[in-house]
Amino acid sequence: MSLWNAIEVGLKEIWAHKFRSLLTMLGIILGVSSLVAMSAMVTGMEKGAREALIAVGGLQKVRVEGQPVPPEQRHLRDFARGVTLSDVYALQGSAPEIEKVSPEMRLDVPPTITANGKFTRTFMTSGVWPVQLEMMEHKVEHGRMFNEVDDELARSVCVIGTGIRDDLWGDPERTGEEIIPLGKTLSINGYPFTVVGMFEHYESEQEHRERALKKAEEAERAAKGLTNSVAGPRRDRGWNGGGRRGGFAFWIKNHTVYLPLNTMWVKLVSGVTNVPAEPKLSNLEIKIHDVSTLNLALTEIRNVLMINHHGVEDFSFRTQEDWADQINQYIRNARLSGGLISGISLLVGGIGIMNIILASISERIREIGIRKAVGAGGQDVFVQIVVESVVIAVIGGAVGLGTSLGLLQLIAMVSPTDNAPIITLSAMAFAFGASVLVGVLAGLFPAIKAARMNVIQALRYD
Amino acid sequence: MALLELRDVRKVYHLGGEEIRALDGITLDIEGGEFVSIIGPSGSGTSTLMHILGCLDTPSHGTVKLDGTPIQQASARELAQMRNRKIGFVFQFFNLLPKLNVVQNVELPMIYAGLNGKQRREKALKALDAVQMGHRLKNRPSQLSGGQQQRVAIARALVNDPKIIFADEPTGNLDTHTGEIILELFRSLSQQGRTVIIVTHNPEIAAVTPRRIEIRNGKIADRVDARLAGQEKAALLSKSSAVQPSP
Repeated sequence: MSLWNAIEVGLKEIWAHKFRSLLTMLGIILGVSSLVAMSAMVTGMEKGAREALIAVGGLQKVRVEGQPVPPEQRHLRDFARGVTLSDVYALQGSAPEIEKVSPEMRLDVPPTITANGKFTRTFMTSGVWPVQLEMMEHKVEHGRMFNEVDDELARSVCVIGTGIRDDLWGDPERTGEEIIPLGKTLSINGYPFTVVGMFEHYESEQEHRERALKKAEEAERAAKGLTNSVAGPRRDRGWNGGGRRGGFAFWIKNHTVYLPLNTMWVKLVSGVTNVPAEPKLSNLEIKIHDVSTLNLALTEIRNVLMINHHGVEDFSFRTQEDWADQINQYIRNARLSGGLISGISLLVGGIGIMNIILASISERIREIGIRKAVGAGGQDVFVQIVVESVVIAVIGGAVGLGTSLGLLQLIAMVSPTDNAPIITLSAMAFAFGASVLVGVLAGLFPAIKAARMNVIQALRYD
Repeated sequence: MALLELRDVRKVYHLGGEEIRALDGITLDIEGGEFVSIIGPSGSGTSTLMHILGCLDTPSHGTVKLDGTPIQQASARELAQMRNRKIGFVFQFFNLLPKLNVVQNVELPMIYAGLNGKQRREKALKALDAVQMGHRLKNRPSQLSGGQQQRVAIARALVNDPKIIFADEPTGNLDTHTGEIILELFRSLSQQGRTVIIVTHNPEIAAVTPRRIEIRNGKIADRVDARLAGQEKAALLSKSSAVQPSP
């Protein structure tokens, strides 16, 4: 008996009991659609969670910070000079595992930034080299980034994030027009700086959707003749954590002010604090070539720095591993729980199929006897029953894939601002494969039972 | 060499500690082209004998050779192949599949023989023409009369061109007239050179065949029942042992 004959017989059998077959398929349909929908939602969540991590440079970024000398090296503390530009040059020369290194100099106290009669403070005011732009995944949308010449000459220029612009000149959401403060002057701790560039506005996918939705709602309200965008008098609605999960990373990024490193040193640091002989950096941002060799790279960086620091360990490392681990953990848990639910659903579906196939073969004992009498072997009957079971499962699986698309649209309709679900081909293939597997497993036991049926008794059965 | 060779065939069932000897030492030869009836009251072992002859079952003891192939130790798979290629069955209750139409029913054995769709259709139509059922191809069995159903069943038995055709009470569910027509069909098949074996408990039907084998208590009876006489008195008068083939 060819496979095609078996499939034909299976389809006929399903068609002969349409309603019964549909009910049987329901379990598989639910299992497959929930598996695909769950996977799509978790993938969407994962993307949302990783957005923030990527926004701060991803896993490849390592930060080197100064730290007090450890107790066993207290006697060497006079030799501890902290992180300096000589470390940068040493790393550039001797650490092949790193891609780039960017020095950063901050003030101990967040500076006051004033312009346009308003002021703001941000601890993200740093003196950097132009390479910092790539390091922190910044994009200059308006104007330019300062360059090596600006740095060399310690020019009073700065590049700001949109958050600073919002604080000093006004938020486009509120004023209704986007202000680009290029060429304007702001003062940092009283020293004037010219704005030469502004970054693009950074936000998570979710914030973007929320903003778009709010705009649409406002437009709707305006169309109805209501002028206030929010019901009631305007008020500060309190701090909301800078947005939801991961939003803080974007908030910080938008509140960045970058000055040339040299300018920072000359204008804001050297004249103010008790100055060491050499400009002291607050930290180094390092990007390594490959995450998989993170440990090797860290060892390498440590060795280079230890030599450069004459054995005084006055620095420490910070990576994003914990954050990444946290995301992975969270995604794994979400997948596990969703997978469990879908798995149970598929299991129940499989039991349903087995049940119905068992009922079907006891209805067809005589048919099986006749088929065997005219020459069907045990294996022919076995294949036929398994194929029937698989056909039910496969149809259920295919319908389930279709249903999952509808399910996701429904979810998107109910909560439009949440992370958009991402349907992956592999998830669909996996779910479909699972349904086929369930079909085979559900068919095995009834098929063995049918194949072993005694032909004489089956022929006599009424 | 005979087409069917049985040597001291026994079949023993165990029912709750009790031993039931359904067949108790049957030795029998059936030649190719014979028209034979196996007769005996119900419970005498006729059905068991037919099951063993028809490769539906294997004996507990003794040897069976079908067309030179010993089948007493054949696996289920080999038996199924034998049934498929060498044997055609006609049953009392027709045993057509109700969900399939006439052609599909006749095509059934060829599906398991591995023929392709075109070959199947060709041979099925030929077989149905041979039993004068070529005009009801698309009907379901439930739309046919008993006689017509039995014709379709015979067509199905013929379609793989088997060496032997077994008929188990083929007229048992038919009225007398239709029964006669069906028996006539078997006779003509026999005249075409096929081996036909009819299993029955009705002496009148057994009387149609030139050779009769009577089974009593699992053994071949020495004397053939007087009521079997019919037209073929000579067979009875000569007290021929059923073991030897009749002339």
